[in-house]
Amino acid sequence: MADHTLSHAPAAHGHAVPYTSTGLNTFKLGFWVFLGSECLFFGSLIATYMTYKNESIVGPYSTQILDIPLTSISTFVLLMSSLAMVLALDGVQRGRRTYAIASLLGVILLGATFLGFQAYEFTHFYHAGLKLQTNLFGSTFFVLTGFHGAHVTIGVIWLMVLLVEMLRGRMPPARSLTLEIAGLYWHFVDIVWIIIFTLIYLIQ
Amino acid sequence: MADTHTHAHAPAHEDHTSGHPTWRTYVVVGFILTAITGIEVALFYIPSLANILVPSLLILSALKFAIVVLFYMHLKFDDRMFSRVFFAPLFLAALVVIGMILLFKVLPGLEIS
Repeated sequence: MADHTLSHAPAAHGHAVPYTSTGLNTFKLGFWVFLGSECLFFGSLIATYMTYKNESIVGPYSTQILDIPLTSISTFVLLMSSLAMVLALDGVQRGRRTYAIASLLGVILLGATFLGFQAYEFTHFYHAGLKLQTNLFGSTFFVLTGFHGAHVTIGVIWLMVLLVEMLRGRMPPARSLTLEIAGLYWHFVDIVWIIIFTLIYLIQ
Repeated sequence: MADTHTHAHAPAHEDHTSGHPTWRTYVVVGFILTAITGIEVALFYIPSLANILVPSLLILSALKFAIVVLFYMHLKFDDRMFSRVFFAPLFLAALVVIGMILLFKVLPGLEIS
């Protein structure tokens, strides 16, 4: 009988994890692999957008319709949601429940605000005559930012589920990995937006 | 008899942060990210900087990306294996984007003498 406790695992969240050949938590490692695949997914969408950039033969064109001040505010909102996310994780890891709940609620509200900005932008574009089938800009823009928005929506729903868990007292420090994984996903949608904001909105 | 795969549940007072930064560091990083975003938007509105706009924005964007990944996603503090499985496909994705731009935007515009 062998005891495979690996208390010295380097990324084991300060407590022992079951034995693995890498010494790492397989859930976390698998999630990083998933995020790597997401890089390729968004990479292909960004590559398509860049390929067809300024190739539309009918308007509205990107230079006519993109609202930089509005998108700058929504970018700030998403960045602040990432800050709130790490503060929520910090709260759970240190056993500060109220602080963690308030921070996670902040992430959800900021994420919902970002989605509100995106809904407003899409509606505005639609009324300005830009639809998915209008031109190359419309097709590539809506597909790329739409998929990003879908990821944010999934993230908000995920975090709402975790908030309920937290409110029920089911998120002790020993379970902080659950929130850390959700946090990795949330930060990933943030870094994708960092790229989108620069390539689509600022470099026209 | 089967091997015992112990999962030691730590007591509540144990540190679960694995060397992660404190909230102060996170807030400072948040301020830095906000400042960089402000600089990006300011650069966009300054006509005299049009010549250096694209490289400046790309550098600042890469800087923000790196800061979030290193500090908020903890790659600076976690095992290197996590970095490898993330940065390898990221590098491949970047190659795809650069390759597509070269093929469809740059090379067709070049005159072959």
